[in-house]
Amino acid sequence: MKAPVYFDYAATTPVDPRVAQKMSECLMTEGNFGNPASRSHKFGWEAEEAVELARTQVAALLNCDPREIVWTSGATESDNLAIKGIAQFYKGKGKHIITSKIEHKAVLDTCRHLEREGFEVTYLEPGSDGLIRPEAVQSAIREDTTLVSIMHVNNEIGVVNDIERIGEVCRAAKVFYHVDAAQSAGKIPIDLSTLKVDLMALSGHKMYGPKGVGVLFVRRKPRVRLEAQMHGGGHERGMRSGTLATHQLVGMGEACRIAQAEMSSEAARTLALRERLWQGLNDMEEVYVNGDLNAHVPGIINISFNYVEGESLIMSLPELAVSSGSACTSASLEPSYVLRALGMNDELAHSSLRFSVGRFTTEEDVDAAIAQVRRAVEKLRELSPLWDMYKDGVDLDSIEWAAH
Amino acid sequence: MAYSDQVMDHYQNPRNVGKFDDDDAQIGTGMVGAPACGDVMRLQIKVNDLGIIEDAKFKTYGCGSAIASSSLLTEWVKGRSIDEAAQIKNTEIAEELALPPVKIHCSVLAEDAIKAAVEDYRKKLSDA
Repeated sequence: MKAPVYFDYAATTPVDPRVAQKMSECLMTEGNFGNPASRSHKFGWEAEEAVELARTQVAALLNCDPREIVWTSGATESDNLAIKGIAQFYKGKGKHIITSKIEHKAVLDTCRHLEREGFEVTYLEPGSDGLIRPEAVQSAIREDTTLVSIMHVNNEIGVVNDIERIGEVCRAAKVFYHVDAAQSAGKIPIDLSTLKVDLMALSGHKMYGPKGVGVLFVRRKPRVRLEAQMHGGGHERGMRSGTLATHQLVGMGEACRIAQAEMSSEAARTLALRERLWQGLNDMEEVYVNGDLNAHVPGIINISFNYVEGESLIMSLPELAVSSGSACTSASLEPSYVLRALGMNDELAHSSLRFSVGRFTTEEDVDAAIAQVRRAVEKLRELSPLWDMYKDGVDLDSIEWAAH
Repeated sequence: MAYSDQVMDHYQNPRNVGKFDDDDAQIGTGMVGAPACGDVMRLQIKVNDLGIIEDAKFKTYGCGSAIASSSLLTEWVKGRSIDEAAQIKNTEIAEELALPPVKIHCSVLAEDAIKAAVEDYRKKLSDA
């Protein structure tokens, strides 16, 4: 069987060949393999130099100070460090955290953990467009709130929150603001010199860098302090101990450099591909986009094909690599918690697919996807009793279904 | 998740897809499941005067295993008496299709569907 066409760039991206090249230069005897923390010889100094260059490249993408970048193993660790680190360090000030119902599990599960430790968490509801309103954040802030964690781009539907205004609300209330930017960094501009964001989590493998590396931006002015979650040799100014993985960090640095240099052309190209995909599908009956397309990252589109169940749709598309819900939750039979939080009914949530395109997607890939999806949806609707009922004008909500 | 060959076969070539006229006295219809749960099966049987199922049709909204379970069921019930058909157990379906534990509920739904179809037919018969 020939490999399916990849439409799951939001789950992970392949490593850019330029990134892989730089990484491979930091592994073997003749390469830059030293421990960046070794102070007594050239191997250590050269590795440190490579790591610091990478740090500068990440900082340049975000327009912040390189000293504000803390290396981690990925966005999940960064989210954990930011949320637990702030909550624990500032627990004397208060034990209330605000987040949203459509955060990534790395944020939600960390908050659940803190709830078990006696913290209180408010989970904001998005609008039906998928966006969190700054006003909603404003009205949820209390005297004892120490942290707000609202993501930049949602990983399932691709909507972009207004982190500028949310940041202003938080700063005015003297509450720290953490942003999970795993899906936005390198895709859309982020300027931390103007944004009132105190912490930001990034992932290497969502931007054509390697898996297993990420960063947490920790603002210096005004100063943000954290309780470390990983103890040891005091690396990363004590915030995250552990030997720095030179090749991983160099890979992420190069990925950021490329993303910054090519962002505008790549965003335009990716957007055109996504629009081509949607144009090819939107004349079908009962097909809907989830989330507001006017506030959207270029590469992601989440579409519901009403009266067709998502898992069987994926099964009918063996030549396409797409996902229903996020990869992290699709092992369960529950419809996506993100789509449900938008107030969407369960059938539509069950009927959704996420397509995400990226650097190596072609127009031919998109055209092939359109043809296959149309064929699969038509076939499954022929099989669907719900489609029959819809065609016969039966209101599905008027039927008393036996939930099982 | 990998699907068994049997599930793939029924999924790719579903047997007896379609719809009979609900109002026909010979037809029993079982509709089970709920859209909110991600699967709805409609199974219909056509029963002759001797109580034998002459034909069966289905339509299913759901995952591949749900579609395969209902497709297999339509093959199995044909030629059986309604009493025999109502005895079909979900475990037989699950075994034939080699369903993984997470998909057992699909076979349960198929068992419910045939029971509901037989019941509907019997009700029509007694109301007539």
